[in-house]
Amino acid sequence: MSDTVIKAENLGKKYVIGHQQQQDSYMALRDVIAESAKGIVRRLVNLTNGRSRSHGSGNKEEIWALKNVSFEVKRGEVIGIIGRNGAGKSTLLKILSRITEPTEGRVRIRGRVGSLLEVGTGFHPELTGRENIYLNGAILGMTRAEIKRKFDEIVAFAEIEKFLDTPVKRYSSGMYVRLAFAVAAHLEPEILLVDEVLAVGDADFQKKCLGKMGEVAKEGRTVLFVSHNMAAVQSLCKRALLIDSGLVISNGKTEQIVDRYLQDSEKATAASLNERTDRMGNGCLRLYNYYFLDEKGNKIDQALTGRKLFIALEYRSKDGKPLRNVHIAIGIHGKLGENLFHLSTSTSGEDFSELPPSGTIVCCIHNLPLQPGRYNFNIFATVAREIADWIQNAGIIRVVPYDLFGSGKLPPPEQGPFVVEHRWQLLLKESRDV
Amino acid sequence: MMETIAEIVIEPGRIEKQYWRDIWNYRELFYFLAWRDILVRYKQTAVGIAWAIIRPFLTMVIFTIIFGKLAKMPSEGVPYPILVFAGLLPWQFFASAFSECSNSLILNTKLLTKVYFPRVIIPASAVIVSFVDFLISCFILFGLMLWYDFWPTTRMLVLPVLILIAFATAMGAGLWVAAMNVKYRDFRYVVPFIVQLGLYISPVGFSASVVPGKFRFLYSLNPMVGVIDGFRWAIVGKTTSFYLPGFLLSLGLVLAMLIYGFRFFRKMERTFADII
Repeated sequence: MSDTVIKAENLGKKYVIGHQQQQDSYMALRDVIAESAKGIVRRLVNLTNGRSRSHGSGNKEEIWALKNVSFEVKRGEVIGIIGRNGAGKSTLLKILSRITEPTEGRVRIRGRVGSLLEVGTGFHPELTGRENIYLNGAILGMTRAEIKRKFDEIVAFAEIEKFLDTPVKRYSSGMYVRLAFAVAAHLEPEILLVDEVLAVGDADFQKKCLGKMGEVAKEGRTVLFVSHNMAAVQSLCKRALLIDSGLVISNGKTEQIVDRYLQDSEKATAASLNERTDRMGNGCLRLYNYYFLDEKGNKIDQALTGRKLFIALEYRSKDGKPLRNVHIAIGIHGKLGENLFHLSTSTSGEDFSELPPSGTIVCCIHNLPLQPGRYNFNIFATVAREIADWIQNAGIIRVVPYDLFGSGKLPPPEQGPFVVEHRWQLLLKESRDV
Repeated sequence: MMETIAEIVIEPGRIEKQYWRDIWNYRELFYFLAWRDILVRYKQTAVGIAWAIIRPFLTMVIFTIIFGKLAKMPSEGVPYPILVFAGLLPWQFFASAFSECSNSLILNTKLLTKVYFPRVIIPASAVIVSFVDFLISCFILFGLMLWYDFWPTTRMLVLPVLILIAFATAMGAGLWVAAMNVKYRDFRYVVPFIVQLGLYISPVGFSASVVPGKFRFLYSLNPMVGVIDGFRWAIVGKTTSFYLPGFLLSLGLVLAMLIYGFRFFRKMERTFADII
């Protein structure tokens, strides 16, 4: 039966944000008291001066994270929700999973909802794997009987039989994620809301997770899937919603929506990094420009396959003070958002313990291993282990052919996106050394 | 295993209508959170569960020496340790339940922002740990009674009611502070202060009968006075005077606090995930 299980009508969510925020996101009562005391004094002063009262405090701003969002989902549909950072995807999932209330509009949901906004929610490091399975299961909405029934399956899926009675704080991060996902994967709600959980774990495990999601969909359950990975969305979902600035921009067949998204993000990429608003992080470091250099240090628009490439990122700190403990990463990905490779200061063991208040960081790639074409990249920076700046699709790298092998040829592009420098030789029977 | 297809409607203010049904639906989560807190409390501690014995026992010894021996407070014809302990039991339960309850939300930020459940489950399950400690401490009382050959009366049967009142006091104040803590983190520093001060202004180390008669009613404005008095009356029995008007005042205050605390919590609850 293809009846409607989710019906959202004119959903809206408003956030009020103060502009005098400090580094901490929460207020201290003393600040509030100080502010209102100032307000009273100001009012008294105004009264004695005979001036009219100033209107409001002026440092509050309303932001609509979602506005007029309406859509319907039929039983058994798998729907992808795509959009840039800060577009409102996560807010939508939070409303659907009842974590936060909408400011206006309404949603009718028929059926038990399970939401996976994060893997391992509520895991406690001191508890053993066994204990955490029960705890996490309960948090995700499973009953004790249900968990007991699926316990062996969960353990087998996570491949952690031997460590069942070890506290999870001693797990490797891979084991931890596997266990967390295993519990979540055995959730059997009629409607499943998933937020980007596939972004974790190694490639093998990601494949396993995608497989599991496909299975869930085949069993006729309804899935709403938020992701930046267009390849995953395309393979899992028939229909997709594109959200931008809190509005549903389009809603329809996945192929069309993905194309639309890619066009839009290309336009966005054209905007300079400085003007981008779809970024996440606390902003104590801002990456505001990027450019490319060739091996001689000349600025270039196009990179050459197989040659040396410098990616330069200009940054500044928010408060004009030096930055400590900075980690920077660049993720290169293909047209559909599939990850190709990752460049990171922590991988190369080069995190910056201290950086001047502003400057340029350069990443050197010795032999750019990419086929000619256009590639996108994300940039990501943490300061003192907190996300400072994170921009998806921050920019484009155009790669043009270079006769790397001196043969006038490059590998056929349909064989993969990479070009790896290599040579061939016949191994002679007599010869020992090649 | 699943409920018949229930329709959920999400709209502003809607949570109100489904609230009590949700609390019932999520009861298993309540058990599990309480179970987690208990497990975690005694893991990675050298003496484990013995902490629940050592702390109240040492406090009792010190209070007996200071108030009984040095200050020579009236013991009302019962061994001073028993007098102290009868007051210490409800007080420590309150103090620990109140603290746990107050900090419970900010300690579970991740849960609040990633999963839905009636938020009141978190502070409620946090209090359970304190209750387990309380039950363990009760064994010390039994030990003391055996040691002093002190036989309880049937008044002991009132104890469960008194425990409920102590529970309500801790929850009432705790819910309010927990909700405030989400918005204003400096409430975190208020809690230890209240607990420390409360120990001195509540009749823990001495009997409430040392308070002059005319101030007794005023003294009962501290809701724990009624509870501690009640405990003492039930355990020590015999001679201890029980001041009914004061007890009723305390009881009234506790109920008012619980209702107000719960309402306040409900009002703040819907924005927890947004502001925590």
